[in-house]
Amino acid sequence: MSDLRDLYQELILDHTKKPRNFRRIERTGSKADGHNPLCGDKLTVFLIVDQGRVSDISFDGSGCAISMASASMMTENLKGKSIAEVKAQFERFHELLTGNSSVPVDSESLGKLVVFTGVKEFPVRVKCATLAWHTMNAALEHQEEPVSTE
Amino acid sequence: MKTSADRVAPIKSPSKSNPAFDVLEFRKDFPILQQKICGKPLIYLDNAASSQKPRQVIDAITHLYYEDYSNIHRGVHTLSERSTRAYEEVRRKIQQFIHAGEDREIIFVRGTTEAINLVAHSFGQRVVGEGDEILITTLEHHSNIVPWQLLCEAQKGCLRVAPISDAGEVELESFEKLITSRTKLVALAHVSNALGTINPVAQMVEIAHRKNVPVLVDGAQAVPHRQVDVQKLDCDFYCFSGHKLFGPTGVGVLYGKAKLLESMVPYQGGGDMIASVTFEKTIYNKIPFKFEAGTPDIAGVIGLGAAIDYVNQIGLDRIAAYEDELLGYARQKIAAIPGVRILGNARENASVLSFLLDDVHPHDIGTILDQEGIAIRAGHHCAQPVMDRFGVAATARASFAFYNTKEEVDALADGLQKVMEVFN
Repeated sequence: MSDLRDLYQELILDHTKKPRNFRRIERTGSKADGHNPLCGDKLTVFLIVDQGRVSDISFDGSGCAISMASASMMTENLKGKSIAEVKAQFERFHELLTGNSSVPVDSESLGKLVVFTGVKEFPVRVKCATLAWHTMNAALEHQEEPVSTE
Repeated sequence: MKTSADRVAPIKSPSKSNPAFDVLEFRKDFPILQQKICGKPLIYLDNAASSQKPRQVIDAITHLYYEDYSNIHRGVHTLSERSTRAYEEVRRKIQQFIHAGEDREIIFVRGTTEAINLVAHSFGQRVVGEGDEILITTLEHHSNIVPWQLLCEAQKGCLRVAPISDAGEVELESFEKLITSRTKLVALAHVSNALGTINPVAQMVEIAHRKNVPVLVDGAQAVPHRQVDVQKLDCDFYCFSGHKLFGPTGVGVLYGKAKLLESMVPYQGGGDMIASVTFEKTIYNKIPFKFEAGTPDIAGVIGLGAAIDYVNQIGLDRIAAYEDELLGYARQKIAAIPGVRILGNARENASVLSFLLDDVHPHDIGTILDQEGIAIRAGHHCAQPVMDRFGVAATARASFAFYNTKEEVDALADGLQKVMEVFN
């Protein structure tokens, strides 16, 4: 039986109530929309990439606590990182939520993001946590079509 | 140790003509309700999505496969005769259940969605041309929107939509005005799955018929909760799904007036829907078989028959009375929770309670309630236009059936308190 406290931890709730980098960046071409049609989470992720680094990242939209907290913590975590580091972090986060439990978690690289480990016990909510990351990935690759979790 | 049986008590009605609705006894017929979820008794409040099945339905399907099963309509052997008889008996049963004029007006399909697609294809394609119109309402489920969009796209027709009030009721004046000389069909829900609104269908059919426009009614959410009389409603098509009516998945019903069905082209081609086949010419079978190509969901139909027997044995009027009281209690109890906003405040409602809770996303409400053993639905309920109308992405929806109880409503209220605690 899963404990709700594993999912709705203090840190996650804090980011839900006070999301960081919750704003639009108008002057950038690196943005993408994402949505989770299952429950109505809708996000837009904005990026400014300067000399191979993420100099600014933000998001806009509305959604469930998990999707908003995940987007917020993602923007905090990725700001200042190089593109290569961003891509590696994406893989690590994805592995954390969807991968094999026996594989050790790289908590040093993930930092605060390990707080989402609990989402694994609530499989229906995994898509909420990964939405922002998939959308960020799309923004990075300048994809035209909005990202969907389907 | 507490079991789910300990949480429920029968709701007693004082009058002689309406003997006590022994919900406790009825719950015993539903094996799935006896389990625990996350250590708590299951409280199943997702009936608008699908209903649970009584033992009698499960047994009927098992019995078919153990004793009588064979393909229908074509065999000369005993088992085929038994299966065919049982299958066609259900057709007659459904005719009586919705009070259709003839049993050949009952067509078995996969569900409400397939029924509507059938009408869009077989009726719509012939009748809708460039510039013609189909009228639906803002309340509709996607199954009663998308087939018409596809039809209008294919035929260069135009989809018109009747607006709804803030209370979630169709604005009848606008509805009437939107029926023009180009309108070829009106399609509307009997009961809204997102809000619970009961549409004044008889009145709306009358309005459409005054302008010589036929009407299709989506009865998916009505049939489990109300006695339906298609002749009284005078609708031209009526459809519903077996799995919402305590029957199995994979089976549903399209009712159509005989004359209309006879004028329509087939939907799917194949075996059984033909009278004779040559490579030069194929002659189609008469109704209803013209619309039943291939081997149907025989077990599904048998299960649906058993579900109708079960519901008839309790009585839909008694079910409706009990549910009205339960929904009234639920609306009062949930509305009293600070921060709750109920969507869908029509004068007449059935089964559904759609609500919001402060800033908490319905998906989070659903997860926390799940931990309390409570199953609700969170999302747009396949009715995105309804969500857009009220400016929300999603709602939390509790939907009741006759096996739910007041104690379960109380538990839902307690669960919502828990949600507030997590988020504050």
